[in-house]
Amino acid sequence: MNELADLYQEVILDHNRKPRNFKKLPAATHEANGHNPLCGDRITVALDIQDGVIADIGFQGAGCAISTASASLMTEALKGRRVADALSLFAGFRELVTGGVTDQELGKLEVFSGVSEYPARVKCATLCWHTVASALGEHGQDVVTTE
Amino acid sequence: MSVIERPTLDVERIRQDFPILAAKARGHDLVYLDSAATSQKPSAVIEAIHRYYAEQNSNVHRGLYELSELATEKYEAARATVRSFIHASDSHEIVFVRGATEGINLVAQTFGRATLKAGDQVLITAMEHHSNIVPWQMLCAEKGALLKVVPISDSGELLLDEYARLLTPRTRIAALAHVSNALGTINPVREMIEMAHSVGAKVLIDGAQAVPHLPVDVQDLDCDFYVFSGHKVCGPTGIGVLYGKAEILEAMPPYQGGGDMILSVTFEKTTYNRPPYKFEAGTPHIEGAIGLAAALTYLEGVGMAAIAAYEKDLTAYGAERLIEVPGLRLIGTARNKAAVLSFVLEGVHPHDIGTLLDRQGIAIRAGHHCAQPVMERFGVPATARASLSFYNTPEELDRLQEALCKVNEVFGR
Repeated sequence: MNELADLYQEVILDHNRKPRNFKKLPAATHEANGHNPLCGDRITVALDIQDGVIADIGFQGAGCAISTASASLMTEALKGRRVADALSLFAGFRELVTGGVTDQELGKLEVFSGVSEYPARVKCATLCWHTVASALGEHGQDVVTTE
Repeated sequence: MSVIERPTLDVERIRQDFPILAAKARGHDLVYLDSAATSQKPSAVIEAIHRYYAEQNSNVHRGLYELSELATEKYEAARATVRSFIHASDSHEIVFVRGATEGINLVAQTFGRATLKAGDQVLITAMEHHSNIVPWQMLCAEKGALLKVVPISDSGELLLDEYARLLTPRTRIAALAHVSNALGTINPVREMIEMAHSVGAKVLIDGAQAVPHLPVDVQDLDCDFYVFSGHKVCGPTGIGVLYGKAEILEAMPPYQGGGDMILSVTFEKTTYNRPPYKFEAGTPHIEGAIGLAAALTYLEGVGMAAIAAYEKDLTAYGAERLIEVPGLRLIGTARNKAAVLSFVLEGVHPHDIGTLLDRQGIAIRAGHHCAQPVMERFGVPATARASLSFYNTPEELDRLQEALCKVNEVFGR
């Protein structure tokens, strides 16, 4: 059983079962949609940004356990952070899941380190982050796709 | 654990012919259940390609020396092997292409463009692979023609009444899957071809998933075109076959222009070569054709009828084992099925299934299988698909079943 838990750790399974901040955000100031055409995952991320700080964040959508748990843990990690910090956290997270090195403090997001063993799943883990970057105007397009 | 009563093949011996089947995957014995994506290759094919480059390599149809004659002979002998394998009447009806996809595009862009007029119709089915949808969509858009789609039942069978209704005198081309890659359904194409001919339509059969699993006789089917890919029938990638009836190929405009497809060229006028060369511009995939012929010869040796019978039992056994897994639903339960077990598992996304099976050494495909309309029809974003071949064993399906139960455990079922 252990070999199966290197990627599917209990934290990931828990956030897949009970995603946090899975909600609409009527007061959203920023919003974007993400799509992974390879597996059909779709996500909407909405942020309420006040004075450069992410006051609230919510997501909705359907996807695999990795993408759902990643979105859930991301919302927890981003709430209360400054926008600039959010983007550097994304950079650190991307290093983590692709097997690179980062000096970012990733906290609970470290549970995704196993993703680097499965290159095909990197897109699942990063879709929500790309969507946030898009909402923050980093991508310059309405629907961000992983392709 | 094996319960197959009538072993029609000596599978353990056959497995020795496929070097990759002895491989390890993530520390386990590899269980390869993705043959619908691409089949594994027997040593006979690997050696034929090696021998070609070691002893026979030269360009074809041009050299005046012995080596080139040898290469030409091998290349044309490969064409004859394909002819015999699908029971075409003449080797000139066999056009080498890159794969089923290119075969379909070739027909759409030559026959289709020359035939289709505004308001005409092309008829496909709801279980086509994207490669038998998009080329027709592109053609219809260009010509102002209409693309019509035969719907399918909940079990994944074509609704033949609807097919009959959709065939009209405006139907110029019916492009039909022989076997569905996502559902495994074997369509009654012989009957469907006859029905299409009765309204004057020409018929292309996409045999990419049929040729690896069933004896195919294009004359008995009476199809106008038949396409398949080499890499799904134990051959190399990058080679495939378009069969076309001689008189239709003769009348068709050429596909790509270049060397080999011409008889004479001046700046004023070019005279095209006869089929199949008219459709094979440029130096062909010689090694691919030779490898494909080696694959088909290998399959003949095993026997396609024996393969079909063994795989039918194996598929039925796999279905029985899979439905024992709590929460598992098979997608595609047609009465007549070939070698595909598509399924979803309640509460677990197919990509998570794929990764967790991979971790246990089992290779399946998870996704939309290039058949998004099929996924939509069944209301799922994706499925997990175990696709079988004659080199698979009941024990491997036992391992799949056990591994799926572990997936359930991980997800707390």
